[in-house]
Amino acid sequence: MTIQDPHAIPTPGADVVVATRTPNRSRRSSLAMFRNPGIAFGTAITLIWLVIMITVHWWAPYDPYESVGSRLQSPNGQHWFGTDALGRDVFTRVLYGSRQSLPIAVLVIASALLIGGTLGALAGYFGKFADTAVMRLADVTMAFPPILLAMAVAAALGPGLRNGFFAMVIVWWPIYARLLRAQVMAVKQREHIEAAVTVGATRGRILRRHVLPLSFTGVMVNATMDLGQVVLLTASLSFLGLGAVPPAPEWGAMITEGAKNFYQWWIAVAPGLAIATVVLGFNFLGDGLRDVLDVRSAQR
Amino acid sequence: MRDALLTLKGLSVEFAVSTGSVHAVRGVDLDVQRGEVVGIVGESGSGKSATMLALLGLLAPNAVVGGSARFDGSEIIGATGSHLRSLRGGKIGMIFQDPMTSLNPVLTIGHQIAEAIEVHQPTMRPKRVMARVQELLEMVSIPHASERMRSHPHELSGGMRQRVMIAMAVANEPELIIADEPTTALDVTIQAQILEVLADLRQRTNTAMVIITHDLGVVAGVADRVNVMYGGRVVERGNVDDLFYSGEHPYTNGLLACLPRLDRRGQSIEPIGGAPPVLDVLPTGCSFAPRCGAAQPECNASDPVLRRVGATEVACHFAPDAARVSRKVTV
Repeated sequence: MTIQDPHAIPTPGADVVVATRTPNRSRRSSLAMFRNPGIAFGTAITLIWLVIMITVHWWAPYDPYESVGSRLQSPNGQHWFGTDALGRDVFTRVLYGSRQSLPIAVLVIASALLIGGTLGALAGYFGKFADTAVMRLADVTMAFPPILLAMAVAAALGPGLRNGFFAMVIVWWPIYARLLRAQVMAVKQREHIEAAVTVGATRGRILRRHVLPLSFTGVMVNATMDLGQVVLLTASLSFLGLGAVPPAPEWGAMITEGAKNFYQWWIAVAPGLAIATVVLGFNFLGDGLRDVLDVRSAQR
Repeated sequence: MRDALLTLKGLSVEFAVSTGSVHAVRGVDLDVQRGEVVGIVGESGSGKSATMLALLGLLAPNAVVGGSARFDGSEIIGATGSHLRSLRGGKIGMIFQDPMTSLNPVLTIGHQIAEAIEVHQPTMRPKRVMARVQELLEMVSIPHASERMRSHPHELSGGMRQRVMIAMAVANEPELIIADEPTTALDVTIQAQILEVLADLRQRTNTAMVIITHDLGVVAGVADRVNVMYGGRVVERGNVDDLFYSGEHPYTNGLLACLPRLDRRGQSIEPIGGAPPVLDVLPTGCSFAPRCGAAQPECNASDPVLRRVGATEVACHFAPDAARVSRKVTV
């Protein structure tokens, strides 16, 4: 046996028993995924932020809502990112900010995927009227600049993260409708789908069991990258006063406060860095996933 | 004579395209008896696949199917979706040309064969289904069937995959198997194995088969009767031996002349000159006339119909005389 994988541990007799090797191999390849630097880096950043989000209330140095010292202190040993105009610790507030942005990012993408993905898959698979109806609706939605549409919806519904969530789902569903429609249309042309038809499977069954599982690869990459974009849009809405309402420690809202105290740069820079790292992490993860999942670019 | 399992009468297929319509199949009559193996031979575009796909309602949406096809006593052209679904994979199994692309790459082969069973026998218990899957894999001579069930298609060779396709096609003990170029994508030694599997199946289950191919060698090995198709029509049909030894149609003889033969060493292979007809305009007269060495003015004027000449039925105005001209080329 030639060992292609330098990290593989040669097991005695592995070259003889073919069938029992299968589970080992699949575990190895899922770990091998992390050898992709993009995935490793992106996963690391994302994991760090996730841990912060979940555990911050146990170890955060201060309360995010309470004034804990004199106002507008520059960064120092006690307050790593200084204090804001109300004397709150900026570092603590940035850490707590993850509790606003990350859940909403996941929720927005999950909802957009569910709504847009379902509509798009149906449009792509059944075509005809379903296709026209869904895609024209998507076209109309996508004709608006995303930030403008989100602002309009959020303004109409009133400020608050919950309304921001609805606004962003309205902005995002057409992206997944288009993506899944295209994927489904490509996959349904494949011969093994026709083979499934000749076996006598119903259209619903073919869509669920044969078409959808193969359509998700590209969608997963897009969804990961879009997580970062949602974080960004959430912050933008809050920055404009349409998302989170003060005193909530939300990154966009914090940047607004920073803009009011322009010479106290740390108030805006700290949440800005948080947004940058989160978006960067998701982008790296998405890029890496594409390299790993895309058969054509895989170096196997 | 008992009722035929499958009877086609005047079956036609047209594809609507931007420039008008393409007449892929133009009035095919065909019957398949129970337990019989029928070969359909013809070159690309002769309408052989379109004929069989039309039966199962598998043609592209722009196809218009006419004529009649009775299977097991009921009409299936224009039948409802659910009736067709119960036939597909149930009473009619289908084997495709390319086993490399006809299996779902992300499901194990066991699951895919199991699906064929579940779709038609939804009440069968999962354990029984898996036992049946193993039995099917053993039937098509896949070694270590119980382990192979858990393999994905990419872990199998082309020949193995084609066996899996065959196992799927016979999963519900169909009365008819349609094999569309079952050996074309395989190399020659594997072809022989697959044909053996098919012959073996027929012995065991007495299933009728329709084998679509452009390879006369395949037909000679397994079929009882042969239909030669050209330009969307059956131009000659008869028992396999009669057709091979005393085929009357110039096209049949032309096809035979294209085969390399061990008993005629040193002779060059004679290709049929010209190209198959373009089917977007209905040709008048015999569609083979432009390529036929024995063509007369009458061939372009009227369309010959199938009639019995000698041992076979042939659609040629000048049979059996034309055969003498065309055979002269081969001898």
